[in-house]
Amino acid sequence: MTEVNNEENKIIKPDYCDPELFCTALPKEVPRMNNIIQKFYDWAQANSLWLLAFGTGCGSIEMRPLYTARYDISRYGIAPRPTPRQSNLFIISGYVSVKTLKRIIRSYEQMQNPKFVIGLGSCTINGGMYWDSYNTINRLDHYIPVDVYVAGCMPRPEALIAGFDELKKRIKEGRGEGANEYAKNFAWYKANQKKIIKDWDMPDYNW
Amino acid sequence: MKELIERLRSKFNAKNIKEQRKNFVFITVEKKDLEGCVLYLKEFEGYGHLTLLTALDWIEKDQFELVYHLHNYSNKTDVSVKTFIDRKNPTMVSINNLWAGARVYEREIKELFGIDFPGCPRVNDPFALEGWHEIPPMRKDFDTKKYSEETYFPRPGRYTKDNVAQMEEQLYPVEAEVKNGIAETVRKK
Amino acid sequence: MDNFWTTLLYAFLSMFLIFNYGMLLGGVVYKIIARVHGRFGPPVWQPYVNLVKVMGVRTAISHGIMFWLGPVFRFAGGIGLFLFMPVVFGSVWMQNFSFSGDLLLVIYFIFFGQLGMALGAAESGHPYSPMGIMRGLAQVTVSEVPFALAVIALAAQHGTLSITEIVAAQQGGIANWNMITNPVATLAGMMAFLGMMMHAPFNLHLAPQEIPVGPPTEYHSNFLGYMQANRAFFASAKLILFMNLFFGGATNIPVLVGKTFTLYMFAVFVGVVNPRFTLENSIRWFIRIPTATGIIAVLLYTF
Repeated sequence: MTEVNNEENKIIKPDYCDPELFCTALPKEVPRMNNIIQKFYDWAQANSLWLLAFGTGCGSIEMRPLYTARYDISRYGIAPRPTPRQSNLFIISGYVSVKTLKRIIRSYEQMQNPKFVIGLGSCTINGGMYWDSYNTINRLDHYIPVDVYVAGCMPRPEALIAGFDELKKRIKEGRGEGANEYAKNFAWYKANQKKIIKDWDMPDYNW
Repeated sequence: MKELIERLRSKFNAKNIKEQRKNFVFITVEKKDLEGCVLYLKEFEGYGHLTLLTALDWIEKDQFELVYHLHNYSNKTDVSVKTFIDRKNPTMVSINNLWAGARVYEREIKELFGIDFPGCPRVNDPFALEGWHEIPPMRKDFDTKKYSEETYFPRPGRYTKDNVAQMEEQLYPVEAEVKNGIAETVRKK
Repeated sequence: MDNFWTTLLYAFLSMFLIFNYGMLLGGVVYKIIARVHGRFGPPVWQPYVNLVKVMGVRTAISHGIMFWLGPVFRFAGGIGLFLFMPVVFGSVWMQNFSFSGDLLLVIYFIFFGQLGMALGAAESGHPYSPMGIMRGLAQVTVSEVPFALAVIALAAQHGTLSITEIVAAQQGGIANWNMITNPVATLAGMMAFLGMMMHAPFNLHLAPQEIPVGPPTEYHSNFLGYMQANRAFFASAKLILFMNLFFGGATNIPVLVGKTFTLYMFAVFVGVVNPRFTLENSIRWFIRIPTATGIIAVLLYTF
C-alpha cells in the first residue's frame, strides 16, 4: 500500500447529497476487542457467512450451483441474502467494469462493519483476459479491500468452497478486518475510485 | 437470389456483390441509397428482421463502414447491406422508424464509434459506458492497452506465453533451439 | 398470583424455554426443507450462530426513532402474544398472565407486531420495504378473517373468551378436543394457520430473492437480531395458541412439544411441497374456502 497524503485527497461533501436521503458521515474504525467475546463473535461470523447475491460478472454463474443439492453451501452456514445491509460477505464474481464498480462501491459501503470480500476469478486479481480492456478494472484491491482471491477463469464451485474455507480461517484468526482497513485508508481508496469513475454522482460515503 | 441481386443492382446501383453462401449475400450501396434499399428489402422483398447493425473502422481509407444485416423468414435468406461513410464527419440516417430495435444499435454505435444518428431517440444517452470522456473506444486510433495501463493500476508481473513457443520448448527443446538459431542467423545476414 | 416476584420468575423461565424451543424448531425446519430438496442443510444450531453473528455486528445505522422502535414493537408483539396465554394447562409456572378476556388480547397481539414493524420499516425509506409491508399486511389481514371467524365460533361454543376455560373444556381425552367437537371451526382455523405461519405457499411477503426480504430490507445487526429472536417467540407462541384453541392444550411439557411440533410440521410440509402463491391468489384463496368455512362455523353456533 502506498503512502497516502490525506491533505491532498480531501473528502468533500458535495451539494447534491440530500441529508434526508444520504448519511454522509465518513466511516469510522471500530477497533477489535481483545478478549474472548471477540473470539466468540469471530467464530460466529465465520460460521454464518451471509453473502450478497450480486453477480458482477460471468463468475456469478458459478455461484448458483453452490446452492443446489450437489455442492450445498448451506451446510457451512453460508446463505445468500438479497440486501447489502444484512450480508457480510461480498463475492466479486468475475470482471468488473467501471459501471459495475460504481454499484459495487455503493453496495460495499452499505454493508456493516465486519465485512469480507472474496475476489472470484482472475479478472479481479490482474484483469484476467480483459487486462487491456478500456472498460474493466485490473486490480480490485485498489478500490475495495479484498480478503481472499480465488484464481481461475472460471474457478469451479469447489474452488469457491476452498475460498470460503480460507476466509473462515482468516476470520477466526482475526484477520478479516477489511472494513476497518477501508475506513483507515479511506482517502486512498476514494481517490482510486474517483480516478476511474468520471461521473461521480453519489455521496462520497453512502450508507 | 440471383433475381434479387439483379433488382438491387438496377434499383440501387449495388456494387461489390459477394455471394457468401447460396442464401447469404453481401452488397454495398451508396450512403444516399441506403435507407431506400433497406426499406425496399423490408417492404417488398420480405426481409423483415434486422438481425444486426454494426460499424467497422477503416482508418486507412478514412471511412466508417456500416453493416445492416437483414433476414427473410419466409425463404430463410440473408442480405447484408453495407455502406461507407466519411470518417471526419460521421453522420448517418437513422432507421429507427423502420425497426424500433435499431434504436439500441444506433445508441451503441454512437457511443462506441461516435457515429451520429440524428433523429434517433435517446441516441446521446450513455449506453454501457458512464462518464466517458475519451474518444470513442472502438475507434482504431484509441489505444485501449495504453489507456488501461494508465488508468487501471496494472498488476506487475504479468507475462504472456505464446502457445506454439511454449509447446515447442516443452516437447521439442532441441528442435526449437535449432530452429531459433537458424532464424537468428538468417535475420543477422 | 400470590407472589408477584415468583410469577415474574416463572414468566422469564417460560420465556427462556420457549425461546430455545423456537430457535431449535427453526433449525429443524431448515434441516427438513433441505432434506426435501435433497441437500444436507445447515446444522440444527444454525439459528443460534446467526443470532450471535448479527448481535456481533459492530456498526448499526438507524434511520430514525420509528425505525428503531419497529423491532421493539415486533418483539413486544411476540412476547405479548406468548405471555398472555396459558402454555401448560394446570401448571403453576407455565400459566403466564392469562386472564378472562385473553382471547381478544391475543388476536390483537398477533397483529400488533406486524403494524409496529410496518411503521418502522416504512421509515427506512427503502422502496422494497413498503412493498413487503403492503404484501405482508394484506396477507396477515386476509388470513385473520377465517381465524377470527373460527375464534368467534369457539367463543360461542364454549360461552367464554378465556383461553384457559376453552382449554379446560377440552380436557379428558381426545373426544373433547375442539378438533372433534367443532370440526368446521378447526378447519377454518387451520387454513388460517397456514397463512399465519409464513411458509410457502403464503410467504410471498418475505420471499428472499424476488422482493429482497420484504419489510426487513433495511434492518441489520441488532435490529435484525431482535427480529430473529422474535421469530422464534412468535412462531412458538402461535403454535401454542392453535394447540390451545383446537387441540386440547397441553398438560405437561412433552405433550406441548409433541403437539406444537406436529402442528408446525403441518405448515412446513404444506410449504415445502407447494409453490408460492402470489398475493392476489392467496387473498382470493383465503376469502373463498376458509372464510366460507369460518362463516359456516359461526352460523352453526348462532342457530
